[in-house]
Amino acid sequence: MPLYHNEDQAMLAETASQFMVEEGAINKQLRHWRDRDCKDGFGHGLWKQMAELGFTGILVSEDDGGLGMGHVEAGIVLEEIGRNLTPSPFLTSSVLAATALGGANDELRGRYLPGLVSGDSVFAVAIDEGAKHRPERIACKAEKSGNGFKLSGKKDFVVQGASADMIVVAARTSGSDADADGVTLFAVPKDAAGMNHDAVRLVDSSMATHTTFDNVELDGDSVIGEVDGGREVLNKLLMAGRVGSAAEGVGVARGAMDMTVDYLKQRKQFGKLIGEFQALQHRAAHLYSEVEIARAVTIKAAQLLDAGSENADLMASVAKAKVARAAGLAVKEGVQMHGGIGMTDEYDIGLYMKRDRALQEFLGDAYYHANRVAELSGY
Amino acid sequence: MSDLETFREETRAWLEANCPPEMRQPVRDEDDIYWGGRNASFKNDAQKTWFEACVAKGYTVPAWPKEYGGAGLTPPQAKVLREEMNAIGARPPLSSFGIWMLGPALLHFGTEGQKQRFLNEIARGEIRWCQGYSEPGSGSDLVSMQTFGEDKGDHWVVNGQKIWTSYADHADWIFCLVRTDKENKYQGITFMLFDMASEGVSTKPIKLISGNSPFCETFFDDVSVPKSYGEDCPGFVGEINRGWDVAKYLLGHEREMISGADGGSRTAAIGAVMKRHAGELDPLLRAELANFDVDALAYACMGEKFLDEVKVGKAHPAQPNMMKYAGTELNKRRHELMMSAGGSRSLEWDSEETGGGKPARNWLRTKANSIEGGTSEVMLNVISKRILDLPGA
Ligand SMILES: Cc1cc2nc3c(=O)[nH]c(=O)nc-3n(C[C@H](O)[C@H](O)[C@H](O)COP(=O)(O)OP(=O)(O)OC[C@H]3O[C@@H](n4cnc5c(N)ncnc54)[C@H](O)[C@@H]3O)c2cc1C
Ligand SMILES: Cc1cc2nc3c(=O)[nH]c(=O)nc-3n(C[C@H](O)[C@H](O)[C@H](O)COP(=O)(O)OP(=O)(O)OC[C@H]3O[C@@H](n4cnc5c(N)ncnc54)[C@H](O)[C@@H]3O)c2cc1C
Repeated sequence: MPLYHNEDQAMLAETASQFMVEEGAINKQLRHWRDRDCKDGFGHGLWKQMAELGFTGILVSEDDGGLGMGHVEAGIVLEEIGRNLTPSPFLTSSVLAATALGGANDELRGRYLPGLVSGDSVFAVAIDEGAKHRPERIACKAEKSGNGFKLSGKKDFVVQGASADMIVVAARTSGSDADADGVTLFAVPKDAAGMNHDAVRLVDSSMATHTTFDNVELDGDSVIGEVDGGREVLNKLLMAGRVGSAAEGVGVARGAMDMTVDYLKQRKQFGKLIGEFQALQHRAAHLYSEVEIARAVTIKAAQLLDAGSENADLMASVAKAKVARAAGLAVKEGVQMHGGIGMTDEYDIGLYMKRDRALQEFLGDAYYHANRVAELSGY
Repeated sequence: MSDLETFREETRAWLEANCPPEMRQPVRDEDDIYWGGRNASFKNDAQKTWFEACVAKGYTVPAWPKEYGGAGLTPPQAKVLREEMNAIGARPPLSSFGIWMLGPALLHFGTEGQKQRFLNEIARGEIRWCQGYSEPGSGSDLVSMQTFGEDKGDHWVVNGQKIWTSYADHADWIFCLVRTDKENKYQGITFMLFDMASEGVSTKPIKLISGNSPFCETFFDDVSVPKSYGEDCPGFVGEINRGWDVAKYLLGHEREMISGADGGSRTAAIGAVMKRHAGELDPLLRAELANFDVDALAYACMGEKFLDEVKVGKAHPAQPNMMKYAGTELNKRRHELMMSAGGSRSLEWDSEETGGGKPARNWLRTKANSIEGGTSEVMLNVISKRILDLPGA
């Protein structure tokens, strides 16, 4: 398979690009909701519009009412989301939760997927327990109780946790914290008694929760995949989420870079356009090269994931780490090359810096994933 | 099975039958590389067998048309062959500036007669070419070059000096930039082809910091270069005085080659190998190796994407400059890390254990990667100007 978008994918990219530029633009969405102190951090109207275009169900199988497309296609939408900093539950709902639900029984799929596809529902995923992404350790406990389970413990930084109609929770059903086995995934509905959200606004104006579970009763049907064998689905959704957030990061990087390169062609100092100074040209050219490479590995990782390749796990971490570095460079150079104006809230470049910071942390930062690359490679 | 899958099966079987095990080992010594040419000799039978099998199949230049010595593979087929060769670590059967540089330029600008003659010679490894671009006063600013060809009707008389001419002392022929109009900077250069055995051509090897001397000063003293080598076979490529277009086109291919975009060892991860050699890795070195591996594996994807896009005309025409910049900087980093992981052992200059100082010599050689074929700074200038469209670049 060639490593560029085919015709259908190029068409999707055009549709997504046009839509995000028109409807998902920074002024219309990110600033709009932020300045109103919105408790969701995104607009439900836009989510419905994304559903009308089919985006919400891009990874949902056709049998379940979705488009049955792959991670390359999801990545295309995410890249445009990233470029425009469009706040939406796409990553958590349409990538993470959709991947989890893809491995669920008919009952659960029938209960949740129609709402996802129609844009009426929003889902979240609760994995992390602490400030860093460490999915190898799961302490949150679900104990057998009758035909079902009782869930207790705490999850941190559940993105969109408070607005979610259902949260996919990774909990321990046997063994000790760091065991690979003994993890089970549960679909926990919004109104479950004993679930409490402590909502926090993050630097990029997105909303997350610290969520506690106090003997939350779950019926046996709410198990996604196998009891004690949840790692399999968990790994799948992590891979999908890593590649997806890498794709969004590529969009953030490109958005910040384009804006900066444009600025270099407008701003004059010393009687010249600042883009004439070689000190800036070389840094811009280096940045271009890093962003291109980050984009290539992200598309490759998505292709491998779609092909079910063994190499997908490794390359998902490579992509996540590479994008974190490249996008980090794009926003840092972006703010610096804008000079004083780059530090103002009125100017958009700072918003790219904030989103990048949150995305870098999401599902593991560059340190975590570079370390993972080393471990998977045997050193 | 799709046609491409069938082709993959066939290719795998063909490689299995024709690529000797010795030719699946990484290239270690300069003489592991077969360059061809009038005076070439094979290091061993395996090298010869592999080379001859490839010539017969058109696989020294798989994507060139059959009538010019290639196998006429389509872009997807060529990719499959590359993947299958990389998978078994097969060495290139033939390396040459003819394949990497002159060939592509002739395919684009050459006359039918030139293609018939020169491309077939290249594909069969009969003639080894060298590149006469740089001069003592003209490196990055190549277009300022002065070597002059005086028009004598049916031939030119060429005088001047080139420098850094790789393998000039081993080459049979040279493709050479010669000024034929002193008034016209860009449109006053002719891209000439001539025999290094011509009277008046002399070379003087230059020793590199690695201790090897793969390049030379090349002097032209009243060298007579014919305007024609027979019917439809001019002694220059493109038009007279328009050699700069050919030179730039060729540089794109040279940069693509130096970038290592086609995968293989230059883009591979190294952490695991370093760990095996070193036993224990300092934690900070391990971290740097991990960061390097991320960059190397990502760059390998960029190489694949770039080549895929080139094949269908989707790549930005200046993209080889980006590839060269990123690929060569990466390769320098690779060797810095290999030196660190190797410790004092890798400082040995001529010991047997190090194969005559391989680690140190290779490390030093990589420093040229970001100079030869256009420096990193020049690559960044080109990206600024042609891709980012920055002012005054
Ligand atoms: C938080 C903050 C507080 C400040 N407080 C004060 C204050 O109290 N009083 C006051 O007077 N000012 C203040 N400033 C302004 C500050 O001094 C300017 O922002 C600074 O001098 C840069 O100028 P500029 O913003 O116009 O950027 P520009 O000069 O437009 O620079 C834009 C980019 O171009 C680069 N650039 C410009 N020229 C060249 C060149 N020749 N070669 C290479 N690169 C070049 C710059 O490095 C920068 O990356 C403040 C700024 C900030 C951010
Ligand atoms: C191993 C090796 C093999 C080679 N093989 C060949 C060959 O076969 N045939 C051939 O013709 N040539 C060959 N070369 C020559 C090579 O192409 C030149 O060395 C190269 O183009 C740089 O030119 P220079 O050495 O004159 O350096 P200079 O152009 O003098 O550069 C010196 C420094 O200044 C920087 N610089 C120059 N201009 C600018 C600018 N505008 N902006 C910013 N920085 C700038 C450069 O990046 C460099 O760091 C070879 C070189 C090496 C090292």
